[in-house]
Amino acid sequence: MSGPLHIGFIPLVDAAALIIAVDKGFTAAEGLEVNLVREVSWSNVRDKLNIGLFEAAHLLAPVAIASSLGVGHVKVPIVAPFNLGINGNAITVSPALHAAIMAELDGDRFDPMATARALARVVAARRKSGADPLTFAMTFPFSTHNYQLRFWMAAGGVDPDEDVRLVVLPPPFMVESLKSGHVDGFCVGAPWNSIAVDHGVGHILHFVADILVHAAEKVLAIRQGWAEKNPEVVARLTRAAIRAAEFIEEPGNRAETARMLARPERIGVDAEVIQRTLDGRLKISPDGTIRGNSRYLLVGREGAGRPDPVQAAWLYSQMARWAQTEVSEEALKIAMAVFRSDLYDAALGTSGASTSATNRPFDAFDGPEFDPRDIAGYLASFKIFRQPI
Amino acid sequence: MTAEQPPPKAEQAPKIVIVDESPIRAAILEEGLREAGYASVVRISEMHSLLARIYALDPDIIVIDLENPSRDILEQMFQVSRAVRRPIAMFVDQSDAASIQASVDAGVSAYIVDGLKKERIKSILDLCVFRFNAFAKLQDELDRTKMALEERKVIDRAKGILMKLKGLTEEEAYVLMRSTAMREKKKIGEIAQSILTASELLK
Repeated sequence: MSGPLHIGFIPLVDAAALIIAVDKGFTAAEGLEVNLVREVSWSNVRDKLNIGLFEAAHLLAPVAIASSLGVGHVKVPIVAPFNLGINGNAITVSPALHAAIMAELDGDRFDPMATARALARVVAARRKSGADPLTFAMTFPFSTHNYQLRFWMAAGGVDPDEDVRLVVLPPPFMVESLKSGHVDGFCVGAPWNSIAVDHGVGHILHFVADILVHAAEKVLAIRQGWAEKNPEVVARLTRAAIRAAEFIEEPGNRAETARMLARPERIGVDAEVIQRTLDGRLKISPDGTIRGNSRYLLVGREGAGRPDPVQAAWLYSQMARWAQTEVSEEALKIAMAVFRSDLYDAALGTSGASTSATNRPFDAFDGPEFDPRDIAGYLASFKIFRQPI
Repeated sequence: MTAEQPPPKAEQAPKIVIVDESPIRAAILEEGLREAGYASVVRISEMHSLLARIYALDPDIIVIDLENPSRDILEQMFQVSRAVRRPIAMFVDQSDAASIQASVDAGVSAYIVDGLKKERIKSILDLCVFRFNAFAKLQDELDRTKMALEERKVIDRAKGILMKLKGLTEEEAYVLMRSTAMREKKKIGEIAQSILTASELLK
């Protein structure tokens, strides 16, 4: 290994551990020279990682899994020694849709089952009146946003493929599309939900923590072949990310973190907007209503950085639920092996048994308890799903 | 036996859509494709309802620049959907690493509908890569020309200052800057810039 590492990222707050690792000198302290490359699309990040222009990348966890399985694109095995973020997404809807859901709401407005059922009634009323189906945007076919949005609405009886339109939109286009009425709602990461609220064009309906208590979001992705040839570099990079996450989670460092992330060549939005996400105190309505949730985005806290194969299994189950792939034991094994808690432990010189955060149960507001040993049984309990073609 | 089937329509004249927000680059690419005999080329520079427009055009090949965030929108075409009639593959061949590398380096990506002959696709993609690289070179030359022009202006202004302050002729002012640049191992443009900065400060 010689020369700087090239690491791709998308300007989102959950790239924080990677950006701070480099900009605050944690990678340099590990003897690594890193060239962070800001990208415009997940497709670019994936392709540049695949063909070796990047040694590592900030990547959607489901893309790392899909790439390892060869689903939807070229098969390139990926390993994730570090989880860059837990949670961090939100569902934002237009003022009109928000009002419609609130009018139909029977229960607590932060209860995703109550809002999903209200959405089902809104959808039914629109159909009856001959109105166009609602359009929701998410960031990528293989994205947590896609699965979270589907999981939520399907729980209330809304079929995401039949009852609404679900479209891919790059995050920077979300706010404008909501404003112009091309979409009625979206699921995206920070800072885009806050920006929609600040522009007065959206209401944050749910934090993903309402829907899934603890959901893997982005990973530090490395090509498996390269990782095997450069174990020492992987350990150093992982360690730098772990240290950066610890730094970010120290409340006294939040303001500095937000300022560093706000730089134009990094995320390029106001530091104040970024800090809301890190603090878990978000303005959810244009009228200024604040909602706090300490689990809005976890960067390293509660064992967030340590990859948990159960999370990979759940994401794989969602790929199967929506017919992006079929359930197979073999594929499940490959998916789970993407999340390398062993590499995380090796970087710290600890063994898995000594860390407290081992395989916590997957906790969601709908469905039975998730058991990675019985994906088919888990999926069979959901009424709405796609038949594989 | 029936007579040999005519080749599918796409083989005769594949419909190519260019998605590019740079109108000049798109025009260069379109021109290249037309010269090579591909008559059916449509350019899209407006990203709004991109997918709907692509479905309506029903192309055989879609070419998109890599600086375009809308590339992620195209990924949706791989998904199971009622809107998609034909399967779509990316690049020439998933095993053709060299082609993928060349196109990513050039900053262009292609999505290809199944059923086209491999050699045909390869020649189209090669052409796109060539034209994208040619455009990048042009852009680079343009940038350098612009910079040279800027530098020219700075040198002229610095010359004017020296002429006024030190009572030199234009020739003498230039020689003074050039000899200073050589002595300090700097570019004459840098010397001129420092003269401008100094004169601003001393105003």
